[in-house]
Amino acid sequence: MCPNRIRTEQEIHGRHGRPITDQDAHEINRVEELSYDLKIHEVMSKNLQTASPDISLSDVLKILRINRISGVPVIQDEKLVGVISIEDIVRALQNNDLTETVGQYMTRELVTVASFDSIVKAMQTFAEKHVGRLPVVDEEKKLVGMITKGDITRGILVALQKDYKAEEVRRYRASHLFEDIISDRTTLVLRYNIKAQDFTHGGNASSHIKRALLRLGADAQIARRCGIAVYEAETNLIIHTTHGGILKLEVEPHRITMSTTDDGPGIPDVEQVLQPGYSTATDQVREMGFGAGMGLVNIKRCVDNMELESTVGKGTKLIMRIHVPAENFNARKEG
Amino acid sequence: MNLNQVIELVGGTTLTTEADLNINIQGGYGADLMSDVLAASQPNAVLLTGLTNPQVVRTAQMADFRAIIFVRGKQPQAETLELAEQENMPLITSPLGMFELCGRLHKAGLPSFESNVS
Repeated sequence: MCPNRIRTEQEIHGRHGRPITDQDAHEINRVEELSYDLKIHEVMSKNLQTASPDISLSDVLKILRINRISGVPVIQDEKLVGVISIEDIVRALQNNDLTETVGQYMTRELVTVASFDSIVKAMQTFAEKHVGRLPVVDEEKKLVGMITKGDITRGILVALQKDYKAEEVRRYRASHLFEDIISDRTTLVLRYNIKAQDFTHGGNASSHIKRALLRLGADAQIARRCGIAVYEAETNLIIHTTHGGILKLEVEPHRITMSTTDDGPGIPDVEQVLQPGYSTATDQVREMGFGAGMGLVNIKRCVDNMELESTVGKGTKLIMRIHVPAENFNARKEG
Repeated sequence: MNLNQVIELVGGTTLTTEADLNINIQGGYGADLMSDVLAASQPNAVLLTGLTNPQVVRTAQMADFRAIIFVRGKQPQAETLELAEQENMPLITSPLGMFELCGRLHKAGLPSFESNVS
């Protein structure tokens, strides 16, 4: 089995209907992702050469030679009726039949792909039907283009090139912060004031934090873990505090630290609130889909290290840390 | 499958205006408990839910969902729709109940993106 082969949908989604894990998701490479993201209409050739079924095979041969292609769709009354390719012409040559019409030798079994489908669909069809080119049709089944394996390769290469450029820009931005600013220890700090009971804006700060991390060059997995943890923490500030609190994000090249601080009411039994399912949430909060007593448990699962300190009457401090693999923020080490 | 196919399967109506219906949906997750969604979902799925408040959009965004489908023809609150437009999260409403929604999508080959958590 070729390691660079595109996996089937079944394989990507896991065999036996098993959901893919974060680990699996990490192993799906960019080319495989692109085979789902890129649509057929983005890579197909739109500059269409067509033939009528009434013209002779030697005329088709001319079209193929001049345009340096190996087959064309056959159109009759604006409708796609077949495809004529080199293989069909070779068959005709064997019978010394080049004066015959296209209609006599064209492939009538119409296999088409839809322009709005992902290119993976075209790749599957190539493999299943053993054909080298496919007519592309739109929603109304009208011919809009042709796609070959070469078009797919070219499309993926162009997309990878775009990715590469976008990645360069992102790295350049991140390096502005963590490379050009030289210190013994550089930290970017973002602070957000969270109001108690402000459910309407709940999650805004977390949303900003997740976006900031992605812009700084954190990978999707890290940004997702941080986003989930900080959203649970932000929700806790909204639900449980007397006067709201402060949500803080500190980004260092090797570590992300998120924390919440508030001035009350404080947690009487810290061990107890860490038990899955323990909750003091009101019905109103539960109706919104929160307050199941899973927040802190969930945070703990998302981060590498969590510390919770609380004094009744004084307030609570929650610290969440995630270690960052070196390739995320492109920091330059001095010396 | 893409979002268009999902919408077709559930007889859904798209509520957001600028949704890209060609995005790839890799799995499904049905729940009303947002903490559960945050705890046990995998990225790139569609979220089926009976909740219609803005927190649903935030939750979906944090957990990297690609779209949200409301069950039993529920219509989201105005704030929810506004937030979804702002965050580019497609909202869909389907006349079907949660059970049938899940059943149809799963039968059509969409895997469960709800994972076991200890």
